Amino acid sequence: MSHKAVKSSRPTLSPSPAVEVRAAPHRSEVMPRKKIDLGEIEYLRILDEHGEVDEALEPKIDGDELLRIYRAMVLTRKLDIRMLTMQRQGEMGTFAPGIGQEATQIGQIYPLGKDDWFSPSYRCFGAQLWRGWTIEGLMLLWDGFFEGFEIPQGVHDLPFSIVVGSHVPVAVGVAMGIKNRGGDAVMLTNFGDGAMSQGSVNEAFNFASVYKAPIVFVCENNGYAISVPVEKQAGISELARRGPGFGIRSMRADGNDVLAMIVATTEAVQRARAGDGPSLIEAVTYRMSLHTTADDPKVYRRDEEVEQWQAKCPIARFEKYLMNKGLLDPQAIGRLGDECEQEVLEARTRFRERAKARPREVFEMMYEELPPELDQQRREYLAKLDRKGVQ
Amino acid sequence: MPKMNMVEALNLALDQNLANDDRVCVLGEDVAVDGGVFRVTKGLLEKYGEDRVIDTPLAEGAIIGAAVGMAVYGLRPVAEIQFSGFTLQAFDQIEQNMARLRHRSHGRYPISMVMRAPYGGGIRAVEHHSESREAYWAHTPGLKVVIPSGPRSARDLLHAAIDDSDPVIFYEPKALYRAFREDVPDQPQKIAIGKAQIARQGTDITLIAYGAMMRPALEAAQDLKDLHSIEAEVIDLLSISPMDTQTLVESVSKTGRCVVVHEGPRCCGIAAEIIARINEHAFEHLLAPIKRVTGYDIHFPYFQCEQHYLPDADTIIEAANETLQYE
Ligand SMILES: Cc1ncc(C[n+]2csc(CCOP(=O)(O)OP(=O)(O)O)c2C)c(N)n1
Ligand SMILES: [Mg+2]
Repeated sequence: MSHKAVKSSRPTLSPSPAVEVRAAPHRSEVMPRKKIDLGEIEYLRILDEHGEVDEALEPKIDGDELLRIYRAMVLTRKLDIRMLTMQRQGEMGTFAPGIGQEATQIGQIYPLGKDDWFSPSYRCFGAQLWRGWTIEGLMLLWDGFFEGFEIPQGVHDLPFSIVVGSHVPVAVGVAMGIKNRGGDAVMLTNFGDGAMSQGSVNEAFNFASVYKAPIVFVCENNGYAISVPVEKQAGISELARRGPGFGIRSMRADGNDVLAMIVATTEAVQRARAGDGPSLIEAVTYRMSLHTTADDPKVYRRDEEVEQWQAKCPIARFEKYLMNKGLLDPQAIGRLGDECEQEVLEARTRFRERAKARPREVFEMMYEELPPELDQQRREYLAKLDRKGVQ
Repeated sequence: MPKMNMVEALNLALDQNLANDDRVCVLGEDVAVDGGVFRVTKGLLEKYGEDRVIDTPLAEGAIIGAAVGMAVYGLRPVAEIQFSGFTLQAFDQIEQNMARLRHRSHGRYPISMVMRAPYGGGIRAVEHHSESREAYWAHTPGLKVVIPSGPRSARDLLHAAIDDSDPVIFYEPKALYRAFREDVPDQPQKIAIGKAQIARQGTDITLIAYGAMMRPALEAAQDLKDLHSIEAEVIDLLSISPMDTQTLVESVSKTGRCVVVHEGPRCCGIAAEIIARINEHAFEHLLAPIKRVTGYDIHFPYFQCEQHYLPDADTIIEAANETLQYE
């Protein structure tokens, strides 16, 4: 193979014609050359990493509820850690832990009512549990059992999405359906910083804006899309700035501050319910752990960076807040932690009992009614299983 | 000759092409700093710099569209799509631009580029990470589609694909990435895209396969000999499009019997095309209807059930025996 230069293979063009451009005057009196207002974007933090709270911004939530929120965050963390251990021991498939994103998850889901809709992406155990999905269900599906995807009774969420951003237009469609039928439910959907680069997501933003769909978009900016840092993902550093370009009201929130997430989402949900259309919330958080269990972050990020974020841990921060309020003390923290651990372990027992592959059912749910030709394939397949003695 | 697995062999092919031709560049999600989620592009950033080994935003449509544009300008991009499931995000760019721009520009802009993507099942992956949809691309005029079956063919085919003046879809059977090692010579063996290889000679029946299915096909051939004294000829298709009709037809004309194996769904799959060609050119030599051992026309099962979905040696032997017993 010869060494061929790129430039020689293309003709050189003559330079562009000279146009002398004058510096824009501050304001022109004759023709319009003026600034266009793109709207303002707020950044919100209510509770900082030292547990310091801004009382003017603090939402009014009663003590039991605050503890319920705290417990949900702890349970999420315990589940992630347990599943990491299970994965290492060969008892779990590849999965995406959400460690560090608990406040983003629980904060966004807290304002949603039972009749509202939720369409999550794959790194969202905490919010899914809050909605009524079960721990053993999540374990089953991440360990490759189809049963895990069964949507629990009374929950009308969509199954989480694995193809980045592909669920977002669908979520908008659900919101359009709600509006079409005059319902007052709201759809909330989430996705990562990487998903902001997908065409489907941007098309969905525009649809939501055009149809004033009752939807809340939560972009969980955890700093990375696998190895690619958000600085290389986008040409702007605040992803929320994309919203106004679509005519979508946007806010940036500290995603490690559960109170900020609750306030940002509550406002967005209220607007959507009131018929004021979509909102985008960029939750600024950090993926403390692996992209998935197949990933090695040491290749692309430094330990010091992770340590810096360790200090901003969403659970520790909320814990301080609750202690200051007199709602928690070290014993209660220990007790709650044990309780959550126990809950995960009990669910693991149920998971183990149910973790039986059902190869005879892989043709189920394909169609309302299996076309005859496909039914023939099914019978061929079952005969194969019979020959092999597979139950 | 060093023994390499498929990941290392592909890495070698990319490395040599980047070294020998400064028009070659590599782009995709996580290909540079991370070295690719399967490590196929490992070490290339350090050697060739970020202008030639490019981490992209998470947007498959733009990866392929931009690669097409780079090819228009005279570069030779090798775009990686992280999993073949996400080539569908780029379907538009592949069909409308990658495959057509040579024609639309009256030959001014031949699109010499490669789209690499791991495909297929067998690695206990989550949903959307196990499909085999090579038939989509074979169905698109203007593209070439190749699939290696081991480290050596991976290396040689990737050289051929990068060298080719037309756009090539290069599907990598991810189940084979680290499955076995082969001697991979220092310099690539020149192979032509569009040629199949006879992987095992035989006279009684022809087994046609490609990619990860070559292993069960060869295993079945060995068992047929050991257990039934049947001499099966095994053809490694290598090039899905264009297809080496001649090699297929010659073999089946000799054996009169044939089983085609692939893991993708059966309906409108590659086997259907192969059978049509054999019917067109070797009908009078056929002693039995040709059988297909393929994936089923259902969504790829969640991984606890995937081994039952995928064709295996037993199923191939079963089909071969039915074909052989046909009168
Ligand atoms: C369309 C598509 N392309 C590529 C992938 C492979 N992939 C899975 S997750 C991921 C990164 C996603 O990053 P982000 O959107 O920031 O979400 P995070 O994983 O950080 O939660 C990639 C590239 C995919 N699942 N879907
Ligand atoms: Mg991210």
